[in-house]
Amino acid sequence: MTDTKTNAEVTLRYFAWLRERAGRGEERLKLPPDVLTVGDLLRWQAGRGHPFDQAFAKPEAIRVAIDHAHVKPTAAIGAAREIAFFPPVTGG
Amino acid sequence: MAARVSRADFDISAEMAALIGGDTGIGGVALFVGKVRGEVNGEPLVSLTLEHYPEMTEAELERIEAEARERFALSASLIIHRVGELKPGDNIVLVIACAPHRQDAFAGAEFLMDYLKTRAPFWKKETLADGSSRWVDARESDEEAASTWVSTPP
Repeated sequence: MTDTKTNAEVTLRYFAWLRERAGRGEERLKLPPDVLTVGDLLRWQAGRGHPFDQAFAKPEAIRVAIDHAHVKPTAAIGAAREIAFFPPVTGG
Repeated sequence: MAARVSRADFDISAEMAALIGGDTGIGGVALFVGKVRGEVNGEPLVSLTLEHYPEMTEAELERIEAEARERFALSASLIIHRVGELKPGDNIVLVIACAPHRQDAFAGAEFLMDYLKTRAPFWKKETLADGSSRWVDARESDEEAASTWVSTPP
């Protein structure tokens, strides 16, 4: 599982208090090969160390979108190009 | 059918007239305007800042409108949502639903608002008189309002 061609870079984006706690609006990186679902990704984020341990301490309070569409924690990451993390929306 | 995000305020009469155009099949127009309240739990609010996820907002608002069109006999609909720093009394959101009959106009406007509140990627941050600011929590009642439509298939 070290084939970098099948493990492409992905853009991660952060909004609202998650952006503030993560200390960034976006970043580009390669995810570890064992991160297959959104739930895996939330656990991986919480284990990245400061400041992500704080930002992702309550994964149930975080919503995720893949390529601009809402997804559930069971969703596969697949060939996602952009994954966004944010609190439940409060518009309107 | 149209949806857009705007930093500037909107002119309700002009938007409604433009949306209706010359469509004389429209018999009812329901319109909702969401506004900034001047206090939060008894404390005066200084400003409300709206952040959004631009690339997703457009896609999500289009999905919400498409779903409304499937469920109700809408002749035309419009969503305008503002972003940036707003003051008490300012307009936040405008939803207009036009239909041949009032039932679809009322229900269409309510559906658009309920779905927008739980799915469109906007976030509100309140700034109070003492300079403190906090992100608004999502309300469970909004989620419940949107989910009642799920148990009412089109």
